[in-house]
Amino acid sequence: MRLLLIGVAAGILGALFGVGGGLVIVPALTVLCAFEQRRAAGTSLTAVLVTAVAGSITYAFHGNVDPRAAALVGVPAVVGVVAGTSLQQRIPVRGLAYAFAALLAVVAGRLLIG
Amino acid sequence: MTTALVIAVGLAGGVLAGLFGVGGGIVFVPTLALGLGLSQLDAEATSLLAILPTAAVGSWRQSRRYGNVDLRAAAFVGVGSVVGVQLGVIVATSLPEDVLRRLFGAFLLLTALHLVWRTRRS
Repeated sequence: MRLLLIGVAAGILGALFGVGGGLVIVPALTVLCAFEQRRAAGTSLTAVLVTAVAGSITYAFHGNVDPRAAALVGVPAVVGVVAGTSLQQRIPVRGLAYAFAALLAVVAGRLLIG
Repeated sequence: MTTALVIAVGLAGGVLAGLFGVGGGIVFVPTLALGLGLSQLDAEATSLLAILPTAAVGSWRQSRRYGNVDLRAAAFVGVGSVVGVQLGVIVATSLPEDVLRRLFGAFLLLTALHLVWRTRRS
C-alpha cells in the first residue's frame, strides 16, 4: 500500500514537471520503507522507467511529445550518465554540487521571473 | 540554440545527473524550453520520453551489476505512478502556460536547495 501511494505521488510530480519522480521515490523508500540508500536509488530508477513510459504515452495522446527533440537530448544523456556515475566514485564532487545547485537556481529564477 | 549545442547540453545534463544523482528531467525541461523553444507543457511531455533511455540503461546497470533493484517494490511504485501520471497530466494540461512554467521554476529551486542540503549533510 505504501509503495502504491509513493508511486501515485511520484507519478503526479513526474507528469506535472516532466521528471521521473526520483526526488520523491528515493527519500520515501528510505524513510517509509527502510530501504538502504543505494537500493532505494536503483529501485527508483526502475520505477521511473514505468513513470516515463506512462507519461510519454499519455502526453503523446495530447500531442505534446516531440520525439526528435527527445532523442536529441535523451540519447547523448545516456553516454553522459554512464560517465557521470563512474566519475562520481573518483572525484570529489562537493564544490561541483554547489556550482550545479547555483546553476539550477539561476535557471529557476529565469523561469520564475521571465 | 543550435542542434549541436542542444546535444552538448544533453550530454552535459547526463553527466551532471549521474554525478549528483538527480534525474535527467530537471536538466532536460529547461534545455528543451529555453534551448529549442518548446512550450513549457511540450518540454515537460518531451522530457518524459527523453529520460526513458537513461532510466533504462541506469536501471539495467543497477540491477545487473550492483543488484540494487528490488523488482517487486519497483513494480508497485510503478503501478501507482501510472495512476499518478493521469492526475498529473490532467493538472498540467489545464494550467495556463505561464503558471506551469513558474511552478516548474519553483520546483527547480527546491531541487537546488535539496542538493545543497544533501551535500552539506554528507
